Amino acid sequence: MEIETILEKYTGSQRDNLIPILEEIQEERGFISEEAIVKVSRFLKLPASKIYGVATFYDFFHFERQPAYHIRVCNGINCHLAGSDNILRKLEEELKVKAGQLTRDGIFKYELTGCLGACNSAPVIKINDEFYSGITADDISQIIEECKMKIKEA
Amino acid sequence: MFFDIEVNNKIIKARQGETILQALSRNGIKVPTLCYMEDFTPTGACRMCVVEVEGMNDLAPACSHPVEEWMKIKTHSPMVVKARKTNLELLLANHPDDCLYCVRNGNCELQKLAAELDVKERRFVGKRNKYKTDPSSPSIVHEPEKCILCGRCVRICEEVIGVSTLEFVRRGDSTSVSTANEKPLNLSNCITCGQCIMVCPASAFYEKTHLPELQESLHNPKLHTVLHYSPAISVTLAEEFGLKAGKDISGLLNAALRKIGFNRVFDTSFAADLNIMELADEFIKRLEADQNLPMFSSCCSSWVKFIEQYSPEMLHHLSACKSPQQMMGAIVKSYYAESENLKPEEIYSVSVMPCTAKKFEAQREEMTHKCITDVDAVLTTRELAKLIRLYGIDFHHNEPELPDMPMGTRSSAGKLYGASGGLTEALIRTLHYRITSKEITQFKITEARQVKGRKEFKFKIGQYELGFAIISGLVNVKDLLKDIKEGKTNLHFVEVMACPGGCINGGGQPIPADPTAVKARAKTLYEIDEKDSIKASHKNPMVLDLYQMFLKEPGSDKCKTLLHTKYTPRDVLL
Ligand code: SF4
Ligand code: FES
Repeated sequence: MEIETILEKYTGSQRDNLIPILEEIQEERGFISEEAIVKVSRFLKLPASKIYGVATFYDFFHFERQPAYHIRVCNGINCHLAGSDNILRKLEEELKVKAGQLTRDGIFKYELTGCLGACNSAPVIKINDEFYSGITADDISQIIEECKMKIKEA
Repeated sequence: MFFDIEVNNKIIKARQGETILQALSRNGIKVPTLCYMEDFTPTGACRMCVVEVEGMNDLAPACSHPVEEWMKIKTHSPMVVKARKTNLELLLANHPDDCLYCVRNGNCELQKLAAELDVKERRFVGKRNKYKTDPSSPSIVHEPEKCILCGRCVRICEEVIGVSTLEFVRRGDSTSVSTANEKPLNLSNCITCGQCIMVCPASAFYEKTHLPELQESLHNPKLHTVLHYSPAISVTLAEEFGLKAGKDISGLLNAALRKIGFNRVFDTSFAADLNIMELADEFIKRLEADQNLPMFSSCCSSWVKFIEQYSPEMLHHLSACKSPQQMMGAIVKSYYAESENLKPEEIYSVSVMPCTAKKFEAQREEMTHKCITDVDAVLTTRELAKLIRLYGIDFHHNEPELPDMPMGTRSSAGKLYGASGGLTEALIRTLHYRITSKEITQFKITEARQVKGRKEFKFKIGQYELGFAIISGLVNVKDLLKDIKEGKTNLHFVEVMACPGGCINGGGQPIPADPTAVKARAKTLYEIDEKDSIKASHKNPMVLDLYQMFLKEPGSDKCKTLLHTKYTPRDVLL
């Protein structure tokens, strides 16, 4: 849905609708673009800096296209000792991008994160909302293949 | 209503409804503050101002806590002092240690606080966020690494200037002050007024300096250096050298500038007179044709950028006259160059302004013709003080000198440009003469001299009953523009200055902006006007000469090419 169409639904609304508007834009478009910030600011007659300030305050808004699979590699103490480094290295080898970057096809992004709270099954990674525990670097290729398959099927 | 409270075992008088801080400072007790700004609602963000109040569990922020009758306060107990010191040390934990190399070295609130609270070592080592310095603006450099997140720039940008360029983005330890979509300042809606510089306690904002280039030009034998200083400078600079605020030191300034090596020293007030001649002519033409009224002043470059961005549909109201800085620049590179037998490119033309927006204005493309810029370098009052110190000039052992002719002659009307309302007063004097062929008898217009963000009054000149509005503190222009659009006003002329109080309180002035000093500067301008024998721009003999020998009459073709310009809409993130 176009940003304009979303905004139309909120015609006549005030600044207290800012969060719902941004949420809906993100849901529809996947992320909050620069263009979205400008359009929302014109729509609510608020300075663009204010919209951007509010949006960046909340963790759940993204400002760039999001990957279909966001891989978080736990770097809590247990996972670190259990070899999260190796997993990271393997990911870099497989996906051919650095941590934090989007792959060329826009499907994957991986990064190191603080403790995910699953210490007794270290090392763990989390892909979107799903945990993978006790994995080794060797499991990575297969996990990635599975993700790609799912995309193809969908 | 007053009541007694106990502070540090003594009884003092507090007023109902005021904050602890207000009660303390009225009684001469100083408590350090950082995020607090006079006349703004307190945010209580920095906790520098905490005091101990008997019976309260936590220390109370004096800047935002109301004073109450039962209070027994300790402002400097060991607990309070320790808390303040720890707060400050935490702020310093992610502030760079490079004071020696900082523009604000010696005039920094953080530095002063650290000395006051006797901070001797770095007790906390914080994780430092890496931020890039943003040098993109022609006027202002932003160095987020220095920021301690007090919020003062964000507030002045929103509440006084009304553009909200700056805002806090992200949160927690990734919070920073930035613009919409974190764009560099030159792509933002920043109008370059520099008020963020004036309030920042930590040097995260400062002017883009033109000093190195200027010094080189001063020592280039092929260049003829010409300097002119704005009406507000000579009544401000004294403060930078420990003299009384508001003292007019134009004579000493002329002497100092000659010692530094400028070939000619002119007074921008001359160009203010010239500006009035053109403005009056343009105004009368519009009045007679009943077109494009009210006419908007165009001297303040921040205001010009504002209207280009926010109300391009109203640009036809804006006067076509260049600002005094640019008029002077244009005359220096044409008339003056000719009369001195110099090529324009052999002249290095410098202006000193109480303003950072003038740096932006000087580099606008409208201000360059055939690769010749009207003005080559713009210094703020602060940079001028630096230059004078750099050249080892001792102000106190100089004899006053006069500026150079012909552009050193001014009327006191030109001088009035320094304060909000001054332009309007000057304009009325010349309009009166142009419309009625008689000189005005009552020079002073009290309504124009009020200290207010929006002033409006009627003034009768000949058969015309004219409506004037004067804005200072740009946020106030928003409602006025709305009123004009909705046809709620009956105005003929609108003067707008972005900074509150006008140029005497500009973004290039000494830091911090001291309200008492600003008042003293205005007072001196009015005294000069009181005493001066030439009180109207059209009486400035050198301006009249310039017309006779070079420009012909106001609004002539030559004036149009040299002294007028055209402004166009500007597309930025608002
Ligand atoms: S830039 Fe300066 S004024 Fe603005 S929040 Fe940071 S320290 Fe405060
Ligand atoms: S000055 Fe009081 S909390 Fe900052």
